[in-house]
Amino acid sequence: MEDQGWWGRFRRSESFAGLALVSPTALYALLLLAAPLATILLYSFLTDGDTQTRIVWDFTLDNYIATLTEPLYRAVMIRSLSVSILVTAVTVILAFPVAYYVSFHVAPQRKSLWLFLITIPFWTSYLIRVFLWKVILGYNGVINSGLTTLGIIDEPLTFILYNVNAIVITLAHAYAPFAILPIFVALEKIDRSLLEAGQDLGESKAMTFLRVTLPLAMPGVVAAVLIVLIPTVGDYVTPQIIGGGKIPMVANLIQSRMLDLDNRPLGSALAVVAMLVVTVVALAFVALNARFLKVKK
Amino acid sequence: MTLAPNPLAAPAATLAATPRPTMIEFRDVHKYYGDYHALRGITATIRAGEFFSLLGPSGCGKTTLLRTIAGFEGISSGAVLIDGKDMQGVPANVRPTNMVFQSYAIFPHLTVAQNVGFGLRREGGTAAEKARRVDEALEMVGLKGYGARAAHALSGGQRQRVALARALILKPKVLLLDEPLSALDKKMREQMQVELIRLQRQVGITFILVTHDQEEALVMSDRIAVMFEGQIAQLADPEMLYRRPATRQVADFIGVMNFLPATVTSEAAGRIAIDVQGLGPCEIDAGQAPGALTGGAAEVGFRPETLTILYDGQTATDRETPGTIEEVVYYGDMTYYDVKLDGVDRPVRISMRNVFGRPVLDIRTRTRVAWSPGALVLFR
Amino acid sequence: MTDGRGLRLYAILYLVFLYAPILLLPVFALNDATIVAFPLSGFTTKWFGQLAQLPTLFDALRNSLIIAVSSSILATTLGLFAARASSRYDFAGKGPIMGLIMLPLVLPEIIVAMSLLMVLLGMGLNLAVWSVILGHTLICMPFAIAILSAAFQSLDRSLEEAAYDLGESRWSTFRLITLPLVMPGIVSALLISFTISMDEFIIAFFLAGAEPTLPVYIYSQLRFPKQIPSILALGTILVAVSVVLLTIAEYFRRRGIAKVGGKDTGGFL
Repeated sequence: MEDQGWWGRFRRSESFAGLALVSPTALYALLLLAAPLATILLYSFLTDGDTQTRIVWDFTLDNYIATLTEPLYRAVMIRSLSVSILVTAVTVILAFPVAYYVSFHVAPQRKSLWLFLITIPFWTSYLIRVFLWKVILGYNGVINSGLTTLGIIDEPLTFILYNVNAIVITLAHAYAPFAILPIFVALEKIDRSLLEAGQDLGESKAMTFLRVTLPLAMPGVVAAVLIVLIPTVGDYVTPQIIGGGKIPMVANLIQSRMLDLDNRPLGSALAVVAMLVVTVVALAFVALNARFLKVKK
Repeated sequence: MTLAPNPLAAPAATLAATPRPTMIEFRDVHKYYGDYHALRGITATIRAGEFFSLLGPSGCGKTTLLRTIAGFEGISSGAVLIDGKDMQGVPANVRPTNMVFQSYAIFPHLTVAQNVGFGLRREGGTAAEKARRVDEALEMVGLKGYGARAAHALSGGQRQRVALARALILKPKVLLLDEPLSALDKKMREQMQVELIRLQRQVGITFILVTHDQEEALVMSDRIAVMFEGQIAQLADPEMLYRRPATRQVADFIGVMNFLPATVTSEAAGRIAIDVQGLGPCEIDAGQAPGALTGGAAEVGFRPETLTILYDGQTATDRETPGTIEEVVYYGDMTYYDVKLDGVDRPVRISMRNVFGRPVLDIRTRTRVAWSPGALVLFR
Repeated sequence: MTDGRGLRLYAILYLVFLYAPILLLPVFALNDATIVAFPLSGFTTKWFGQLAQLPTLFDALRNSLIIAVSSSILATTLGLFAARASSRYDFAGKGPIMGLIMLPLVLPEIIVAMSLLMVLLGMGLNLAVWSVILGHTLICMPFAIAILSAAFQSLDRSLEEAAYDLGESRWSTFRLITLPLVMPGIVSALLISFTISMDEFIIAFFLAGAEPTLPVYIYSQLRFPKQIPSILALGTILVAVSVVLLTIAEYFRRRGIAKVGGKDTGGFL
């Protein structure tokens, strides 16, 4: 058919231009991201070798069985996930009012300044920020020494010390802008007359917020949750510095299995399982909020 | 809603008397976007030096058709010829056309003069010569002395003028205008309409205008192609388009048209006998019935101003029919009456010029309506 | 506006929380004591002076600069292709392809670092500055693309068509119109990528081999309490440099939006 031939030509030309243009970048991501991730996936099904062979090409599910049954791994996995969920909840709940304030109560010409102020700490050295939290929260840290100097406490507070609480505070601080920005963007998109309509139809300000603003802001909240949840599961620095290596999370475990013990298949399986678990949690969260996300179209 | 044909536009008779050479020719042009058939066999010619409009609702393919002339859109089959040359494979940057974009596309990082002189970069000549041409172009669009201004500091109307000067400075064979007035307010739009007509007369270049505003098309164009769903429904001069729309769809799109059911009773020797609901039997000229007729059920259309409400003591010059006024809409210079003619279930709209001393009639007034078979158009 | 005032107070407290660590940094960097605690002992600049006596610090700084310059240029260049393609064209597999390229934005860095490390070790390659550049380019790309896409999207497509229509070629249109208009975005993307690379720790930690970057050097020094005040001094300098670079980046980003007459929607992300 004449049309068919033309069709092919058209598709080729339009699609081709885009593909050709994106190809250097795509190729880079394919070689340095997709291929390594595939390698990890492959390794996770292989058998550990000695220091010479390292990997033995023997397909097995042992690594997964170990990952899922060994108490230590399960404990770390559960701790990572709960810390990450806790951090996400704290971060998003603390961030929402800030995003709301900037979107609804800051004059338009000053919004960029606020966003800039919020993002700056995010771009400064993560390592140094994490270390500073250790300094702030430590036994002789800023808070304890400050409170002691002021005579408020006699003994240093221990509940903020080198424990899960300290990890949560540090991570919530690190990911704050990640949570604020998507929520802010969603709030900005809300047509302000919808809120007036809500009040015009007899709802109080609080109920208007619950029935109009919050549902419309949910896409932003979901994005914020995902963008905090997924990376925090794999955080390496914070447990290392704040927890002093005594409260390992899954990233530390992956590192120690892969490098310290040189068991690459087991480390790979841990990484794959960690990613699968967080993906499942993330998808479940998205599914729960699906009705809010559909509205967008 | 004043729809009188444009007095500035050359009357159709003049065009017919002095046929101009063809500038653009479309030969069975088709265009697909994926599954979507955007242009469905466009065949038409646009003459040199005419002000031509592509008119239609959004999504009818008018902008796509314009962009096939500019070279921004390829075509799937058929041919587009400019000045006798097939444009297949000729890229936009070498075609003898220039475009005024809907957004004006004024380069925000350049001055007004740099914008206007943008296309001169590749031409020979001294800098002084180019500067003189830029000044001339700016003067032509009424922006003398604006050359050094930053482009982003201009008003909507000024941006439009810069866009015009920038396109015309290259003396294209065809100037393409993509909804150039849609971003302007009503007053500015009407002013620019007159200026565009004047400019087109002055430079003598073929102007092709895309618009969804039927009034704008009628006011400005020598000829208009009305498009629906990727096809040209009618190509005619404004008066013909208004008086003798080729299809019901065209009639509905341009101005207001009343429709009444009718039956064709006989057809012979260029005359058609019809029986119109409410108006009764009458005879019309074959020219009043576009398209082939097979007899039987049809519809007649007529414009609101072709009917006249008769006041006491007035008599119709041709035919008259009784009716009752159902609705009165007062427009200042005009009054629109919705009148239910006896024996018709839907009212027809009649427009009357408000003349000093003639009262505006009330709802429910019994009245007589004068009409003439010569003003009817018969649709299949 | 009563609820506004309460929210404002909260937002300001939140900013204090965000800035607390950064603000404490210079306080203790200028404090005349090796122990980081209150009360402060006195003012000194000796910790900054001590930095000059750490030769390995300068090696690390040199490595970091080489890596940051290379990966910001690479990431911005590769980002230009992807941003242009995604904001301009519809192509088969656009979603998955762009998804893969943007994946490092959410992927934990440990996963990126470990998987790259496995491949590089598997290929028997020696780790060095170049391997960090590869990794940093990968994680800077999504940020560069986010900034550049915004720049391309706020660019009215008919501007390019107008230049082409006026006789310019595709390349000269890009040079005369597109490039000047997205240049602020490019500068912004370069600066952001540079900052990310300078600060990045995990990938550098695992992929640098025997050529540590500044954060890796800092990490190695954190174990020695004696070194901590000088590390804080170093941190102060790094944060100050970052803030300056980010302010310049923000300036360019905003100027870019103003230049094309767009509306500022705020934020880098």
